[in-house]
Amino acid sequence: MAISRVARVGAIAAISALALTACSTGGTDAPGASGDCAPSDGPVTLTFTSWLPGVEEAVAIWNEENPDIQVEVQTGPNGNGGTYQNFFNQLAAGNAPDLGQIEFDAMPNFRVQDGLENIAACEGILEAEDQFVGWTWSQVTFGEENAVYAIPQDTGPMAMFYRADLFEAAGIPVPTTWEEYEAAAVQIRELGGYINNFSQSDINAFAGLVWQAGGEWFSNDADGWTVDMTGAETTQVAEYWQGLIDNDLVAVYPPWTDEWNAAYNSSELWTWVSAVWGANTIASGAPDTAGNWAVAPMPQWEAGASAAGNWGGSTTAVLKGSDHPYEAAQFALWLNTDADALTAMNRTANIYPATIAGAQLPVFGEGVEFYGGQKIYEVFAEAGNNVDPNFTWGPTMTQVYNDVADGFSGAVSGNGTLLDALTAGQDATIAALKAASIPVKE
Amino acid sequence: MTVSTETRALRTQGMKKPARDGGIRESAVSRVVAMAVMIVATLYFLTPLWWLLVASSKTREDFTSTNPLWFADFALIDNIAALVEYRDGVFIRWLANSALYAGLGAFLATLIAAMAGYAIAKYSFFGRETLFNLILGGVLVPATALALPLFLLFSQTGMTNTIWAVLLPSLVSPFGVYLSRIFAAASVPNEIIEAARIDGAGEVRTFFTVATRLMAPALVTIFLFQFVGIWNNFFLPLIMLRDEELFPVTLGLYVWNTQVSQIPDIRALVVIGSLLSVIPLIVTFLALQRFWQSGLANGGLK
Repeated sequence: MAISRVARVGAIAAISALALTACSTGGTDAPGASGDCAPSDGPVTLTFTSWLPGVEEAVAIWNEENPDIQVEVQTGPNGNGGTYQNFFNQLAAGNAPDLGQIEFDAMPNFRVQDGLENIAACEGILEAEDQFVGWTWSQVTFGEENAVYAIPQDTGPMAMFYRADLFEAAGIPVPTTWEEYEAAAVQIRELGGYINNFSQSDINAFAGLVWQAGGEWFSNDADGWTVDMTGAETTQVAEYWQGLIDNDLVAVYPPWTDEWNAAYNSSELWTWVSAVWGANTIASGAPDTAGNWAVAPMPQWEAGASAAGNWGGSTTAVLKGSDHPYEAAQFALWLNTDADALTAMNRTANIYPATIAGAQLPVFGEGVEFYGGQKIYEVFAEAGNNVDPNFTWGPTMTQVYNDVADGFSGAVSGNGTLLDALTAGQDATIAALKAASIPVKE
Repeated sequence: MTVSTETRALRTQGMKKPARDGGIRESAVSRVVAMAVMIVATLYFLTPLWWLLVASSKTREDFTSTNPLWFADFALIDNIAALVEYRDGVFIRWLANSALYAGLGAFLATLIAAMAGYAIAKYSFFGRETLFNLILGGVLVPATALALPLFLLFSQTGMTNTIWAVLLPSLVSPFGVYLSRIFAAASVPNEIIEAARIDGAGEVRTFFTVATRLMAPALVTIFLFQFVGIWNNFFLPLIMLRDEELFPVTLGLYVWNTQVSQIPDIRALVVIGSLLSVIPLIVTFLALQRFWQSGLANGGLK
């Protein structure tokens, strides 16, 4: 814990230090600035920094097939844990790797600080759009014409994990709307359990819920960024969960801790609205409940709708200053579209591919024992198609997460409300953008 | 044997007795309070270690479902085996890296600090106090604040992502220079140095054969401080290193810990790895503890 705080403080310091330099150079890139993207002469060695466990396996397949374009894997902690800060340091020092793993929510930060190569002119990149799940492509183009700043790697479409056995035994219908979800929460509380845990520190999970409701925290156009973390949809989501917290209908364990795992393992918690990769989290944290879980689409705000949120997911970006953007772009595209590569990354790191074909890989067609043999990935593939493509992340998400998390942890202990935390988070975000000389509209 | 032990025991008791009588007598209340505070503090510091030991010995299933402070099925050996096997034994590599960075780094840092401290204490030269104050100022600068400038410097020379990026900055210990100076001034009499000179020893030889021996307690203290400092240094390697093969054990475990949401099973490896990574520190401490204490006491007297 202490360690991650140091890293976080360092990350913020580094970002603010670099923001100044970045702003003087940022924004000068006209569309089409990447006019040329020609292959290099002779053999090339690329460096690729990723924190995906076992990504070396997929890279080894490439290295064998492409003796002239060898890729060297470098690693580090996950993005917000230090690797993003390292990227910014390295960009400033001029020794950034050719390729880097960057999550969707960090992409605008790198774009604003001019850390990404536009690879749209590289062979086959623009044409690849059709291979990817719709919403992911807008995350890597930022809606700019003739621009591609990264290749989507994986996604985190959200659904509801629930204890099929408990719901059935108690005679409670599996909720399909948030209204039914609250009604079920009351019944479950009477039985001594909780329907869910409100995750005070996973602000990106909360963002996923807002995303599903159709809210948008950020948008930008030629005049600058608009921050709207207290809009109608966000307010609706925040007040809904505030109600559940106030009425003691959800637990408030700190997520990713032993007591949180134990609460699932002991059947105290009945559902988890989470992303596709959460399937392994439960299986690992609550081994005693094997076979009793199932997956259903997220509860809806309107009966009969099918909107889904997304939590997590990343891209492979070509970082600014790479000497071999052509080769780097080819590798990034191969890594995230090749069936063997995707299968390997799924096996070693549980990634869920961002390509349309990826969802059809054999591994996603099988029933999963922990979930009573249900073919759970069909639910997630459907959810992935129902994610709103217009949701935009802001350029300072690390700061947003930290500020809102501070407020949320106060709210779960009765200090203020979720909406207060979001209001304060919005003010802090606008201040942070201004401090970094990023234009903001108020 | 028995007799001699007994007599020795008696003798020590007898020797202690007058000392106790003559010493200051605390009231029973203050003694009880002091003990209580110590016991609470001990529990406070030892409970996490105890948890670590217990958690390391559990199977994955028992980890979340059994009492966190008491043993379940004993699987410590299996866990260690799994840790050593994971990713072709990269954890062993990290331990070795840490031992290299901390061991060699602390040794060289001690040597440099001892030489600098001795020189400042025993030679008078122009700007001596200014130099010493400057070095003393270095004690106030936290290592974390230096990491980023160091990264930019090392980038200029193309030495990031090499062992030098971690080793070279570890060689500097302003506190070590301070302690060496104080200690050299107190424990190396000028007469001995004079005598060595008259006997024909050069300055370097005097330092290595005479001064270092007299300064030994301080040097062990500096070594321990530096060893622990380098072993626990996390921020510098985090910024400097990208190649998994070069990671020290702190950074490696931290990297794994950030992957828990992707591969939940790694959590068990982080726990057992943390246990193994504190053992070298405990061993070093126990082995050098006596010197450490006397060194601190002497340093504190001044």
